[in-house]
Amino acid sequence: MTNVVPLEQKVLKENDRLAIELRERFAKANTLVVNLISSPGSGKTRLLERTLELLPDGVHAAVLTGDIQTDADATRLARFGYPVRQITTGGTCHLDAKMITKHLDGWNLEELDILFIENVGNLVCPSSYDLGEAAKIVLLSVTEGEEKPLKYPSIFFKSKLILLTKTDLLPYVPFDYELAQRNARQVNAEADILGVSTTNGEGMREWMEWLEKRVSAVGCR
Amino acid sequence: MHEVGIAASVLDAIRTELNRRPGARAIAVGLRIGELSGVEPSSLRFGFEALVSGSELEPLRLDVEYLPRVQHCLDCDARFHADRYTLACPHCDSLRGECISGDELDISYIELAEEHA
Repeated sequence: MTNVVPLEQKVLKENDRLAIELRERFAKANTLVVNLISSPGSGKTRLLERTLELLPDGVHAAVLTGDIQTDADATRLARFGYPVRQITTGGTCHLDAKMITKHLDGWNLEELDILFIENVGNLVCPSSYDLGEAAKIVLLSVTEGEEKPLKYPSIFFKSKLILLTKTDLLPYVPFDYELAQRNARQVNAEADILGVSTTNGEGMREWMEWLEKRVSAVGCR
Repeated sequence: MHEVGIAASVLDAIRTELNRRPGARAIAVGLRIGELSGVEPSSLRFGFEALVSGSELEPLRLDVEYLPRVQHCLDCDARFHADRYTLACPHCDSLRGECISGDELDISYIELAEEHA
């Protein structure tokens, strides 16, 4: 005889279990964790470089940066004096909670105000994996096309902040900034949207304020 | 393309369930996949079939229920399918709404053949 057994569980139950553990650890340590996601080349690493430069003295930050191969990004980011670790996935197109747990080994979260996770460059797969972060942040550069939120709704839907990057290039590319914002709003009416340029500094103050507001919300420092 | 990994997680869940039920064999598994889940059903099916083929679980049927994004309007209480991501309520045009369905990635059931002594 056959028997239909209702299972009613998340497919990524094991990842979700580890993500819940991570979220509890981050909350206990008052560490703000943000997960940066975008296509390859949207400027995640560059944004992090500028962000680490602009962080006020006394803010303790660290970075986990994911790539399929090479430790090039870790080398770039280590120049700013904050702890940085490369996660090399060896072909996997996203970071998962297990990789985060493993690479936090030996770090004292109590000493960290903010942990940046730079995901593998990919607008699709990282959206399915909870890493225990407080916020997913999606980057969309103005050289990519304003229809991206409609083509990749999952990640735009799940992000708390949408950063439109490389805005200094707007005069040179046929990117309709208003339309991009409208498309993002269609998928996610609640997310914050900021335009930033690491080249001319536009929007960087607002981005740093967005972060600092959340750092002070999780910590009691 | 993370659907092979997703398919592997589904098979892990089935094996865990079979371990708890000696003598049972899995015939089918049912998944709920929302359009906002980031998972493409046809890629998932491809990965699923590749992993099942030649394994102790063969043959195993995959049933997928694909779910659209459903919005709940906070102004007039209507529930509607957010077609092409247009979030405005078709009844009152309000943009104030919450997403109540569409990001599922769940195993809803396993169909088993069980031997009874």
